[in-house]
Amino acid sequence: MAGVIVYSANPELALELITVARLINDKVVALSINDDQLAQALSQAGAQAIKITHPDLVVADTAAVAAAIKQVLDGVQADVVLLSSDRRGKELAGRLAQVMGAGCLTDVAALEVKEGQIECQRNALGGATIAVQCIEGPQLIAIRPRSYPAAGTAAGSLEEMAVEIKASGVKVLEFKAKVGDKVDIEAAETLVAVGQGLSDEGQLAGVQDLAAKLGGEVACSKPVATDKKWLSEERIIGLSGKKCKPQLALLLGISGQVQFTVGIRDAKVIVAVNTDENAAINYMADYIMQADLHQVVQELKQKL
Amino acid sequence: MNIVVAMKQIPDLQQIRIRQRQPVLDGVPAALGIIDKNALEAAVLLKEEEGGQVIVLSAGNEEVEETVKEALAAGADQAFLVLDDSIENADGSLKAPILAEAIKKIDDVGLILFGEGSGDNYSGQLGSRVAELLGLPQVGYASRIQIQDSQAIITRSLEDGDELVKVTMPVVVSVLGDINEPRIPSVTQILKAGRKPKEVLELDELELDLSGLPQIKTLSNLAPETNRKQVKVGSVEELIQALKTEGVI
Ligand SMILES: Cc1cc2nc3c(=O)[nH]c(=O)nc-3n(C[C@H](O)[C@H](O)[C@H](O)COP(=O)(O)OP(=O)(O)OC[C@H]3O[C@@H](n4cnc5c(N)ncnc54)[C@H](O)[C@@H]3O)c2cc1C
Repeated sequence: MAGVIVYSANPELALELITVARLINDKVVALSINDDQLAQALSQAGAQAIKITHPDLVVADTAAVAAAIKQVLDGVQADVVLLSSDRRGKELAGRLAQVMGAGCLTDVAALEVKEGQIECQRNALGGATIAVQCIEGPQLIAIRPRSYPAAGTAAGSLEEMAVEIKASGVKVLEFKAKVGDKVDIEAAETLVAVGQGLSDEGQLAGVQDLAAKLGGEVACSKPVATDKKWLSEERIIGLSGKKCKPQLALLLGISGQVQFTVGIRDAKVIVAVNTDENAAINYMADYIMQADLHQVVQELKQKL
Repeated sequence: MNIVVAMKQIPDLQQIRIRQRQPVLDGVPAALGIIDKNALEAAVLLKEEEGGQVIVLSAGNEEVEETVKEALAAGADQAFLVLDDSIENADGSLKAPILAEAIKKIDDVGLILFGEGSGDNYSGQLGSRVAELLGLPQVGYASRIQIQDSQAIITRSLEDGDELVKVTMPVVVSVLGDINEPRIPSVTQILKAGRKPKEVLELDELELDLSGLPQIKTLSNLAPETNRKQVKVGSVEELIQALKTEGVI
């Protein structure tokens, strides 16, 4: 079976990749770049961890990272590379694929090995369909975060490997960590999600009360976070946000564009509240209420 | 300094119907990727400050000639097109060498802009591949781009924070969908778009060796099965009752 190498700068996602890699091959090589802690974690998850070292190598320099990983690939026999499909991972994916001469699939939500062939599932046509695809030749597959559990503890090994890189054109001036919304809407059993039907930011308080009453979290469509900036991007459901599987999803004032629905279609029960009788979201819902969402939020708060 | 904006022709997603889980693409008009329009807007804004030309680059079937007019109306000065039916549905492994080769034919390129992902596949790999082929640095997920002499100062927005980087041009940058609000062209701009210069190449004029490409094989592409109840409820009481019966509240 094909040799597999995994890399993510994010320790949690790197451990998820080890789980995925084991579907392909029991023997997993896992990389860290100048990061002792990550290298330790990888070896403690049973991988053959390799810490790539070079004093000037920074993860912000995608070209240099791709060149460094290629040097490891040349030494280890591997024809499948798994990366995390977070932003760092996706940016690296295309570059490393080109360096390797590999075909590349990103945002892969599930992977299955059938008769020696790796079949990947990913959204296509903006999320309207799910494509099952495979790669001919060397393969680079970026796995959607939190699609697989993290690998548990097992005995592994740890070695270091020095690489050569070219001086880069990318210099990091500063890194501003995002402050605080640590919400995990993917883990929530109940989600109350608002869209652009919400009239103004002041109306959010009622929605938050309702979510609290239901023991759930507030989520939103993309424009509510990125255009209006009423909620953090952590709360976006959909293609460029989170893929959620709550027991109950209460969708308020969301039209139901496929880039949104792809993130909620695995919910057990979907309720859509929309003033538009013909909103696309209604075809995705178990319970449809044609009503003003603000009214419904008030009434639900009182009657629950 | 000129700015190249790579834009992808995709089917208008709003108009795709699903029949027996199959997407029906016949008769669906072509459009430009929505985030590609943010890349174009970013280019036009920079040009308004720095001068130079904005060149929209697109590879696809012959319909691209018509589709690209939208970009010419929205501020691009010229179009550079590579046309061939085989490009239309191919993955990044085939498109990257085509775009890279085309960019080599354009003079004085300082910035090459992409959207963070195409409107249909959202794969986000093409910009990175082109950067590698051209041996250029890259910055993805840009939420801000400024130019200072021969350097670009870019904010790369990641899940956990914003990284401010300084990079020597030429550089390949992919922009976020919320970097700006693309302008809506006026009627005069739309009318003038057809007269802007266009360079059109057939794929074989590029003399590329594309053997073994593309590398992705699609085994199936179906809409997920949905069997939602679609029950209309008339009151909040009725809704609460239904959710209790479902056991979700
Ligand atoms: C590549 C790409 C990725 C994307 N990724 C995502 C993503 O991850 N997540 C996402 O959400 N979007 C995403 N989008 C955007 C998506 O296409 C839609 O634009 C977005 O989901 C629309 O948000 P909305 O439903 O809140 O707003 P709208 O489409 O404006 O809908 C508002 C709805 O509210 C209803 N309404 C208005 N007033 C009321 C009222 N008083 N009471 C009840 N209902 C009311 C209206 O009838 C309407 O149906 C993406 C787009 C692209 C191109």
